[in-house]
Amino acid sequence: MNLLNLFKVSITAVASNKMRSFLSMLGIIIGVAAVIIMMSIGQGSKESIRKELSTMGTNLLTIRPGADMRGGVRQDPSAMQTLKMADYQRIMQEKKYVTKVSPEVTSAGQVIYGNNNTNSTIYGESPEYLDIKQWVVEEGDCFTEEDVKKAAKVAVVGKTIVTELFGEGADAIGKTIRFKSIPLRIVGVLKSKGYNSWGMDQDNVIIAPYSTVMKRIAAQTFFSSIVCSAITEDLSDTAIEELTQILRENHKLKGDAADDFTIRSQAEMMATMSSTMDTVTLILVVAAAFSLLVAGIGIMNIMLVSVTERTKEIGLRMAVGATGAVISLQFLIESVLISVTGGLLGILVGCSASGFLVPAFGMPSSVPAWSIYVSFLVCVCIGILFGYIPAQKAARMDPIEAIRHE
Amino acid sequence: MAEDKRKVVIELRNVKRYFQVGSETVKALRGVSFKIYEGEFVTIQGTSGSGKSTLLNQLGCLDTPTEGEYILDGISVRSMSKNQRAHLRNRKIGFVFQNYNLLAKTTAVENVELPLMYNNKYNAKQRREAAVKALQAVGLGDRLEHKSNQMSGGQMQRVAIARALVNNPAVLLADEATGNLDTRTSFEMLVLFQELYKKGHTIIFVTHNPEIAEYSSRNINLRDGKIREDTINTNIKSAAEALAALPKPQDD
Ligand SMILES: Nc1ncnc2c1ncn2[C@@H]1O[C@H](COP(=O)(O)OP(=O)(O)O)[C@@H](O)[C@H]1O
Ligand SMILES: [Mg+2]
Repeated sequence: MNLLNLFKVSITAVASNKMRSFLSMLGIIIGVAAVIIMMSIGQGSKESIRKELSTMGTNLLTIRPGADMRGGVRQDPSAMQTLKMADYQRIMQEKKYVTKVSPEVTSAGQVIYGNNNTNSTIYGESPEYLDIKQWVVEEGDCFTEEDVKKAAKVAVVGKTIVTELFGEGADAIGKTIRFKSIPLRIVGVLKSKGYNSWGMDQDNVIIAPYSTVMKRIAAQTFFSSIVCSAITEDLSDTAIEELTQILRENHKLKGDAADDFTIRSQAEMMATMSSTMDTVTLILVVAAAFSLLVAGIGIMNIMLVSVTERTKEIGLRMAVGATGAVISLQFLIESVLISVTGGLLGILVGCSASGFLVPAFGMPSSVPAWSIYVSFLVCVCIGILFGYIPAQKAARMDPIEAIRHE
Repeated sequence: MAEDKRKVVIELRNVKRYFQVGSETVKALRGVSFKIYEGEFVTIQGTSGSGKSTLLNQLGCLDTPTEGEYILDGISVRSMSKNQRAHLRNRKIGFVFQNYNLLAKTTAVENVELPLMYNNKYNAKQRREAAVKALQAVGLGDRLEHKSNQMSGGQMQRVAIARALVNNPAVLLADEATGNLDTRTSFEMLVLFQELYKKGHTIIFVTHNPEIAEYSSRNINLRDGKIREDTINTNIKSAAEALAALPKPQDD
């Protein structure tokens, strides 16, 4: 029997039991759609993070205290206090490949104005910070180097702080808010950046001179990090070398002593973020793939029932000349037909869900083309894999017994 | 009949078939030998359990003998593989079963095409032509597109006979082909078999009903897995006449 005839026979069999075929397809449809949706969310998130990070400045460099933590080794708390004022000053004096520098001290807490309060984070920075992170002051002005020297009680705030404490669109300039009971006079309001792709409100910030935050709020003598910008993105690596040399000298690190700080470029951050995203996506896809496994078992179950039900038909086909191999192929094609049809429907559902439903929930999504090919291939494999046992069961039947079967 | 010049279609030489059931051996066939010539209409008759179906399974290449030799159309079947036997059934054998065994929800012509589906020498057009011809031969030329569930028992058995004829087999094997039919329809079926016999088809018809032996050209009587009698019928009764003599149905 040629393959075309076999296909015809299998299509007829699948079509003549529409309800059952559809139900066994359902698992595959859901599984494939889930895989595609997960992949599209993963891919979409990666793309949007990438966009976001690049708008934050692709030449951004971040110096953190402590050795490289990517190995996951826990470090002594004192190791996290290695970035000091002297480091900042030395960088400012010697920098060649670095343009702007801001030491950073952060503190989370409650901010109060009158009867209103909200939770926020205060960032202690230098005035150059706004350029490094590409913040724009919409109203008023940024604080000055002078304010830094005097540890002045001034701050620039994000739109959310204004809305929460003064009401939407209210004039906040000149008003005094309290952060951890320290009064801060608002000198500027930042242009809104909105939510980032992690769902974090980027406008819920207070930026004050680092000296103010260090002395008056956090009461610490070290920085939590130093952010800089390299002259260009291409010179990031050179800038990192330069900074490393300055800091090693300043920290009196000799020979092969390990760095007690870590410098990461934005490019590296992007790579880390996207590999984190990949891991998250992988976990989600594996979970969805398990549903495909279950769906495959469902198909096997239906096919076993179908083979038993059609024992007489199998006996007849054998009696008129079908070999075991041909019978086996017939049922294999049938199960592949079910899984592939389910897969195609699943791809359709998954793509339309990624195109319309996911964005409606405010999530980024972008279906990677290869996920469609892979899904299709996986469905063919599922059909063969889970159709094999039922097909063998059919092929091994004895025609005499099969034809007598009632 | 050693000097017989007719072509031998089937030859059995001391065929035995034993079944092992637990510790017991059931001897379904205890040494059966005969030759069947081209164009014979042979009834194999015997009581229930005498070994008729077992014998027919041997003749139809569905089973192989425990002992003995079976030669079909010049080919030794005994040492054949399963696949070779499937091929042989496809080309040389036409089966008619007691309960028709038509594919459900399938038209008459598609049912008849089935054996040719497993024969690569036929394309779709040739298959259809052969099926239509076979259906015309059994008087169902006007029922081609009827589905199996829209037909009477007699019509279904005619479709089954057409299916058995479609591959132009060396021998037509029928197992209790009239077993599920009423008297009148049974005679109609016998008329058809006699017509096929007259056209030169070789027919082996298994039945427990001794009456049917009167309409065939030769009768082999089985008992306990052995041939009790093998007689040539020189006075073949006409099934058509017997049918005409039957009391007419009420609505006729
Ligand atoms: N597959 C089998 N296994 C065991 N015994 C069998 C098998 N097939 C037939 N027999 C036995 O062989 C004998 C002949 O059976 P069968 O050929 O079906 O007789 P008939 O068709 O004449 O009624 C019976 O005793 C039956 O029980
Ligand atoms: Mg029987």
